[in-house]
Amino acid sequence: MNTNVVDRADAPTLSIAMEERGAARANAAKAVAEKLDFWYGSNQALKNINLLIPENQVTALIGPSGCGKSTFLRCFNRMHDLQPDTRYAGSIMLHPENVNLVGKDVDPIEVRMRIGMVFQKPNPFPKTVFENVAYGLRLRGFNNRTELGERVEKALRGAAIWDEVKDRLNDSALALSGGQMQRLCIARALATEPEILLFDEPTSALDPIATAKIEELITELRQRVTILIVTHNMQQAARVSDFTAFMYLGELVEVGATSQIFTNPSKKATEDYITGRYG
Amino acid sequence: MAAVMDFEELRRGLYWRKNLDKLFVVLGLFILLSCLGLLAILFLDLVRDGAHRFGWDFFTQFPSRKAERAGILSAWVGTSMIMLVTALVALPVGVAAAIYLEEYAPKNWVTSVIEINVTNLAGVPSIVYGLLALGLFVYQFDLGQSVLSAGLTLALLILPIIIVGTREALRAVPKAIREAAYGLGATRWEVTKDHVLPYSTGGILTGLILGLSRAIGETAPIITIGALSFIAFLPGSPITGEFPFLNFDWLKSEFTAMPIQIFNWVSRPDQAFQQNAAAAAAILLGMTLLMNAVAIYIRFRFRKKINW
Repeated sequence: MNTNVVDRADAPTLSIAMEERGAARANAAKAVAEKLDFWYGSNQALKNINLLIPENQVTALIGPSGCGKSTFLRCFNRMHDLQPDTRYAGSIMLHPENVNLVGKDVDPIEVRMRIGMVFQKPNPFPKTVFENVAYGLRLRGFNNRTELGERVEKALRGAAIWDEVKDRLNDSALALSGGQMQRLCIARALATEPEILLFDEPTSALDPIATAKIEELITELRQRVTILIVTHNMQQAARVSDFTAFMYLGELVEVGATSQIFTNPSKKATEDYITGRYG
Repeated sequence: MAAVMDFEELRRGLYWRKNLDKLFVVLGLFILLSCLGLLAILFLDLVRDGAHRFGWDFFTQFPSRKAERAGILSAWVGTSMIMLVTALVALPVGVAAAIYLEEYAPKNWVTSVIEINVTNLAGVPSIVYGLLALGLFVYQFDLGQSVLSAGLTLALLILPIIIVGTREALRAVPKAIREAAYGLGATRWEVTKDHVLPYSTGGILTGLILGLSRAIGETAPIITIGALSFIAFLPGSPITGEFPFLNFDWLKSEFTAMPIQIFNWVSRPDQAFQQNAAAAAAILLGMTLLMNAVAIYIRFRFRKKINW
């Protein structure tokens, strides 16, 4: 899987952008959005989005409120299907199987079983710490206590929270602090070994110390899992991501290596947003 | 910049605005205490009138022609059995209906019509349920003038209360929790069964008990389906000593209930029977208050455990 992104014919937009600007090398594509449109009723929220998500790297989505970045993120695990009257067009191809995540013939539940998500506000179930992490596994038919225990421990270690909760596995998850809850939610998503992990502004409800821990965790996680993160905080995007995509009014304005987007954006709108002229 | 009004003026205005605020507190408290006071007076009056009838014998004796020997045994056993049937029928049906409406039903006009009618059902006079039950349960289904007919009738009566209460409870589960479960790949049924239902148990049980405390005092529908007012036997016990330990004969048994017994005693001219009626009414009121207390306790317990 070491093919350069430029070699892939199925991702023309980003490939060209990368090539022209001599960006840091992207890994092979894990997912590619192509001509993606999305509607809430008659209101088009996403317009012709083309974006490549490189494997085992962090891609950040930035842009002002209402620009569609969360809407785009939620296409990846079909969260929109829970609401009536929503519609997709175009495709998000998941590699290597070439499954269209937003395809009408693809079951949204199957998609959600492969793509994990961490939400804006920590949302642990009012169950024990253990049961929170085990739930996704139980849905997949794991019942063996020993195996569940091993996988739960592995997920909690992966989310850097094992040491804090190993003696409290049977306590209610609601007794944890906000930052711990969010890492528990990350563990819950990791337990089922998702192919892509989606983060929807994961630190907007947390204090700076808890935020720093989550950011550190994201940086570690990318060695094992492909990450797509929506953030309002541009410093955060700069700190944790390899690639940054700037969205505005439902369109993808610019995408590139994070260092370049932040130091040398090619579009005026991107530059204005990054320098704080609006947003 | 000059102030809109000077300091003195501002103070005077504030004085009146704050007095208006206090006036509302006094008014509200007065109305509230009057209502509670009335209830308390009623209850105390009943207790005083029936005072010398309270005792073990009153609970363990059948009705009798002699007022001082009459008891409420058949009435409270009948009421308990009817409540059991009502709860066992109304809870699953009501909860299932609420789950459908809240979690599954598409948002279209058919659903709206159903929702409006469920709310309307709560306002249907109880005698109408009695007439429906007389025609449907007693004659059509040939269930007779039995505990089963009465339980089903009251279950129908409190169904809207349970449906509305359950929907409130289901709606109180935050969207974020549902999204978390869906995000892990749960189906709609798994989200409902593993999360929404367990987290709203407190609210659902509260709705059930409020429904039952409405049903326990209902007189009209069970008179309509033909409750007897003088019964000197008990329905068979639901639990037996021999395999299979359960007995369903009691369902087909004729019955009487607390409100019927009270009504019967009140309608007699003899003063002694009036005292019996007062004592029985106080006990019925006590049962209702006790059920409400249980509802409050359950709600408190579940709130403490789950606090979003």
